[in-house]
Amino acid sequence: MSKYLKSIDSDWFRRRLTAQLICVALGVLALLLRLFYLQVVRGPEFRKLSLNNSIRLQAVDAPRGLIMDRHGELLVDNRPSFDLNISPKDAQPIKETVRRLSMALEAEDEDFMAKVADLRGAALLRPLLLKRDIGRDALGTVETRRYDLPGIDVSVRLLRHYVDGGMAAHLIGYLGEINPSELQCDIFAGCRSGDLIGKFGVEKSFEHLLRGQRGGRQVEVNASGQVVRVLRTVPAQNGHNVFLTIDGRLQRRAEELLAGFAGAAVAVDPTTGDILALASSPTFDQNHFITGLSRDQWNAVVNNPWRPLENKALQGEYPPASTYKILTALAGLEEKVITPQEVLFCPGHYRFGNRDYRCWRRGGHGQVDLNRAIAESCDVYFYQVGQRLGIDRLAFYAKAAGLGKRTGIDLDHESSGLVPTADWKRRRTGIAWQEGETLSVAIGQGFNLVTPLQMAVFAATVGNGGVRYRPQIVARVVTPEGEVVQERQPQVAGRLPIGLAVLQTVQRGMWEVVNGERGTARIARLKEVAISGKTGTAQVVSREKAEAESSGNVHHYKDHAWFIAYAPSEAPRIAIAVIVEHGEHGSSAASPVAREMVRTYLGLGEDLKTASRGAP
Amino acid sequence: MFDRRYLQNFDWGLLAFSLLLGGFGLVALYSAVAAGVPTPQKALFTRQLIWFGVGLVVMTACMLINYKLLERYAHVIYIGCVGLLVWVMIFGKFVGGSRRWLALGPFSLQPSELAKVAVIIVLARYYSKFVTERGFTLMGLRLPVLLTLLPVVLILRQPDLGTAGLIVLIAASMTLFVKIERRSLQLIIGGGLTTVPLVWFFLKGYQKQRILTFIDPDRDPLGTGYHIIQSKIAIGSGALTGKGFLQGTQNALSFLPEQHTDFIFSVLAEEWGFAGSVLLILTFMVFIIWALNIAHGCREPFGVILCMGVTAMLSWQVFINIGMVMGLMPVVGVPLPFISYGGSSLLTTFIGVGILMNVSMRRFMYE
Repeated sequence: MSKYLKSIDSDWFRRRLTAQLICVALGVLALLLRLFYLQVVRGPEFRKLSLNNSIRLQAVDAPRGLIMDRHGELLVDNRPSFDLNISPKDAQPIKETVRRLSMALEAEDEDFMAKVADLRGAALLRPLLLKRDIGRDALGTVETRRYDLPGIDVSVRLLRHYVDGGMAAHLIGYLGEINPSELQCDIFAGCRSGDLIGKFGVEKSFEHLLRGQRGGRQVEVNASGQVVRVLRTVPAQNGHNVFLTIDGRLQRRAEELLAGFAGAAVAVDPTTGDILALASSPTFDQNHFITGLSRDQWNAVVNNPWRPLENKALQGEYPPASTYKILTALAGLEEKVITPQEVLFCPGHYRFGNRDYRCWRRGGHGQVDLNRAIAESCDVYFYQVGQRLGIDRLAFYAKAAGLGKRTGIDLDHESSGLVPTADWKRRRTGIAWQEGETLSVAIGQGFNLVTPLQMAVFAATVGNGGVRYRPQIVARVVTPEGEVVQERQPQVAGRLPIGLAVLQTVQRGMWEVVNGERGTARIARLKEVAISGKTGTAQVVSREKAEAESSGNVHHYKDHAWFIAYAPSEAPRIAIAVIVEHGEHGSSAASPVAREMVRTYLGLGEDLKTASRGAP
Repeated sequence: MFDRRYLQNFDWGLLAFSLLLGGFGLVALYSAVAAGVPTPQKALFTRQLIWFGVGLVVMTACMLINYKLLERYAHVIYIGCVGLLVWVMIFGKFVGGSRRWLALGPFSLQPSELAKVAVIIVLARYYSKFVTERGFTLMGLRLPVLLTLLPVVLILRQPDLGTAGLIVLIAASMTLFVKIERRSLQLIIGGGLTTVPLVWFFLKGYQKQRILTFIDPDRDPLGTGYHIIQSKIAIGSGALTGKGFLQGTQNALSFLPEQHTDFIFSVLAEEWGFAGSVLLILTFMVFIIWALNIAHGCREPFGVILCMGVTAMLSWQVFINIGMVMGLMPVVGVPLPFISYGGSSLLTTFIGVGILMNVSMRRFMYE
């Protein structure tokens, strides 16, 4: 230890400590001077400011971005809501004021009384919300009686307004109050409890762009709470405006056509992947979510057997039924287990193992080649194609077509559907794959499940020559000043591993479905433009059971009706998938919906004869 | 084993000033929590009392062991603290957007507070070994810089800008105290002056905005700027004699943010006025001078530098905290020693006092 003392002198440290002492003295002096300035020089002034709590913050809410369709038609905007507030301190005598207010508004005073009854302490100094959204008439009444109603004022707040309530509700979504765990997230920085944020649909997926940034003002108020002057202002920043890819007219038409049924219709632009319409039926009016639902209204929505809150277009998983035969045909041709010319015989059933697999047409189709098999949806033909392919080769093509996985649309809760494989079944059930099950899968009636969105993308992919685009719902995002922030670029998600000749053969079959002599969707034919498509009738229960238990009239046993299509056949501009739950036949229930959607989108005139829906 | 001379040399003055400051703190804290709207948080007062007791025990413990042991085990203490910082990063409680606390039964601990003391001890050991009248060169400062930056980076990750900055300030004060060789100092200052504009050039717009707001709270009139205005109104409205105990209106109406922790001086200044505030600041000044005097009386480098470090820690906190609430300094979360609510902060303060007493009562050993 003594060696340190030799190397360095204690006095050296002492001299350096003196410097520290001087620093401390200077620091203290600075603090004291500042204190003197604040408390003695400006003390009386600050005392006055503190007596009235004069400096207050007022938030300035930022309007949320608007939502438009692809042509700029306004779908969602903000409307003012007039909220009635009371400042108890200024409203004395409070009971008298509340009574006069109730009389003026011709409302029961008990509601208001209850709110102001047990206020005390600091709560008396804060304005209290009496009633939300009082409407313009009540606003006029309150404004004209200002002098009778001290301490009562009306604040304006912007409420989300869905212009055409219920239209594209599942796509656009709705708002809800932010919850405590969301408040903790970084992405909701600047939000406070009570704020409304997107909870579903585009409102949720594009929340970060739609939400503006709240501004505020620092104001000085006088003793009765009126603003004397504005000290500082931070302007609110509006949210960005969002242009959807959907076509408002087409969306509305699709919803009209589905009205009264449970189901979904999805339209895609086969050249870009733009979602042109995404309808799920029944729908619901999002405006009710903004103004608040009563318990009864809420129960009615939640307990509705047709599940209005579910977006059936991408949450609903259905057996693809005969629409799947397109895939079986593509796989069979590409794998060369069948040629377009090969003719198979359909006697109305197909014997495999010790079971009879039936064709939907009891009498059979007779001699069937590929073109006819697609056009007339012959089950027996596709049983055999499926059997030749085997389940795993079929699954390979299904996956390549984007089935069994999410399409990647920017919406929550998308289902992935299911592409069964032998491996999947073993893992899932522990039982080996039965070859007979391949037959059911080949006609879309096995374990396989698809969403209407997946099938619309599939139709688009087949129609455009094999390019699968990621479906997109937002065309562009612009600032309130009109500057483009984000513009969608078509994104290729995959390509069908299928030769052009094979695709053209199958496209030809799909043309026959609508335009052929004996096509199953002749009802969907339009004289102005050629539609290609494929019908499907998805069994809800096995055919035998349905027949055994009833004459087929019980609604829940009725089959789901499918139709997938694209048009015009030679150069598709729109691809559609329609499902009508319990609509029975794809041809009669679903294909007219697609036909009318094509008519609307391509701007063909109304044809009175075919304008009415096909009878279900 | 126990030397009577310890008792003879016991530093009653330091203890008296510590208790006096602690007393000021409890009075201010009572105002801050008793009038707190909407819910009075009197439980916080009881907790602080318990922490006070714990602090006195820890102080006594720190006083009894010979501080030369701190020198011998400096690296163990340091590694232990860094370990705690890593631990808190992984298992810490997530409160209000940062991960700073370790749960200890009903209480929680901020390892970053303890890290301040650990850095002081480890730097005191290093500097006392190599100190010369010529001062440290850049080469000699490599290790101290690394030893400082390791906990600082960990604390910045939490993130806790206030404590991280404080550690840098403490380390810088200690380094200047042991002297930097003239050319090295010129290089450091020159290097700093050239890199700051360069870094500024590469910062993104919002980052610049954040720094500007930090320096000038008025740029954020709805956030910190508003808090500072309310704090200035609270302090200023205290005027000469104050509004009286429990009579502070700014405090009662929750116009002050963090009124029981970082902004507690505003509560005190509002209720006790210029008279009370000056008394508090002068008491702090006497306390700091007393502590410097302990360093002055110590005849052994480690003790001198250690005391100097502890004094730097406490004085920086006093100047930053009081300067901040009066609008003289950027707004950072630095607690006021003895006064602000918070167990870890109080504990660290009492550890510091214990170390000062320790050095003070052993000064005879080196005479």
